Amino acid sequence: MSTAAAATPMPGATTGAPVYELTGVGKTYARNALTALEGVNLTLTKGSFSAVIGSSGCGKSTLLKIMAGLIPPSTGRVTLQGRPVTGPRRDIGMMFQQATLFPWRTTIDNIVLPIEIRDGKNAARAARDRARELLELVGLKGFENVYPNELSGGMAQRAAICRMLITEPAVLLLDEPFSALDELSRDFMNMELQRICRSREATAFLVTHSIPEAVILSDVVYVMKPRPGRIAEVIEIDLPRPRTLDMITTPQFGHLVDKIRSRLDKEAFL
Amino acid sequence: MNAPHSAPDTRDATQDTVWVETVPLIDRIPRSVQMAFVFVVFVALWDVVTRSGLVSAIILPTPWETARDLVFVGRNLISGDYMLGALWITIKEVIYGFALAIAIGFTLGVIVGETAFGERAIMPYLVAIDTMPKVAFAPLFVAWLGFDIHSKVALAAFIATFPIVVGTAAGLHSADANARMLFKTMGASRLQTLLKLKLLTGLPQIFTGLKIAAVGVMAGAITGEFLGGGKGFGELIRVAASNLNTPRVFSLILYLSLVGLALYAFVTWVQRTFVFWHKDQVIRGTD
Repeated sequence: MSTAAAATPMPGATTGAPVYELTGVGKTYARNALTALEGVNLTLTKGSFSAVIGSSGCGKSTLLKIMAGLIPPSTGRVTLQGRPVTGPRRDIGMMFQQATLFPWRTTIDNIVLPIEIRDGKNAARAARDRARELLELVGLKGFENVYPNELSGGMAQRAAICRMLITEPAVLLLDEPFSALDELSRDFMNMELQRICRSREATAFLVTHSIPEAVILSDVVYVMKPRPGRIAEVIEIDLPRPRTLDMITTPQFGHLVDKIRSRLDKEAFL
Repeated sequence: MNAPHSAPDTRDATQDTVWVETVPLIDRIPRSVQMAFVFVVFVALWDVVTRSGLVSAIILPTPWETARDLVFVGRNLISGDYMLGALWITIKEVIYGFALAIAIGFTLGVIVGETAFGERAIMPYLVAIDTMPKVAFAPLFVAWLGFDIHSKVALAAFIATFPIVVGTAAGLHSADANARMLFKTMGASRLQTLLKLKLLTGLPQIFTGLKIAAVGVMAGAITGEFLGGGKGFGELIRVAASNLNTPRVFSLILYLSLVGLALYAFVTWVQRTFVFWHKDQVIRGTD
């Protein structure tokens, strides 16, 4: 909202205040003595959009689980808004490949579920107005009392976005959120995601397998490599904001995609 | 290449391509007629077998004898005579047995399905007991609880408990990994995850267990009466059989099956009412 970035070049990922900081984070699974993650340093600044890309087994899902407070790191420091992350927190919002809406709850009851679990039924009832505003934000106005089995895949993911936003998290962790959708819906939802993130000055962290998706959405792309899982490269995306789907055909976009693809060299897929 | 059911095409290409799809004759008959047909064939075969003298009338009564006895038993039930009292005793055994089975089976199912201890240490014993011929316990129940309805309730509940345990435990395991992770990220407690996620996700399987139990509870009550006396419908069947009154045995079984059917229908109705989302849960989401 307050970002004056309407059509100006993006402010750069390093200018905002740091929201989420990881310093020297590593993870070793004792079970098989596997080093899933080693020496990860990254800083998410307020209002920035970052993506992490890499082949399977590069440790990105381990990284995401640590950032979500679902598993503890073996080494290093993880701090969100100045406080160490020692478990799931309400200022962390998360979204998965599957919408995971519960069929026995209406759309709006699905959206206020995080509030119901953290603060009880009364708080959830009080949050319904906010849920309605969010539904309007994602373009699902009028669907509050519909059951999820009547929503299409894209609509279900919009509802999942509302559920993620209802606790007003400081960081959004997105685990391939639209990869189960068809390609047309996926492009469209990515643009919607950009709009929603900008309107709320959200700090977002996306895990993806798609290089074009990472480039079109992000200010910074982290390229990860396996054995041990680590960040091999940090690539700043200096395309202007707001991004549009037309940019995909520009030489600059192609250049960035090539650059990332070359970093994801053969070694990464062995 | 002609489709086998389309007429040879003699029309010109400018007409609408509309043709009549052929439906096999048997699929065009209404279901009620099909069912009536099967019934009539069954009764006719039955009649032929009894008429031909292949089987003695004492072993297999004619359909008409059975029908006459059905009417007789029906009148007795309606007039509130001794048969109604007997039926009521059996119905009570079934209801109490089912309620007891639900209480024990559901509790055990939650313990086994929710705790690692239950799954590792209790479930093996339940499986072991489940493989035993449970009817063989009837004399024990009679010795412990007497010839009154308690021993029959116990046997009925004993038979019906295991499907409910298995259904509940399997149901609690059916929540997918994403849903569990989502609950974890929301900071849900174990109890919240159980109540708001696992039990609701597991309802279809829990009801499957209940339906199997509803069938078993009936068998348990009647077996209990066969082996432990009492005053229920099972006892009437036993007496009729020992008098070689086979038409009576048949008609008593038919009335008994109505009770079983009613219980099954009740469970199905409760399921439809509470698990309204299950029937078309997976249909959408692909478009």
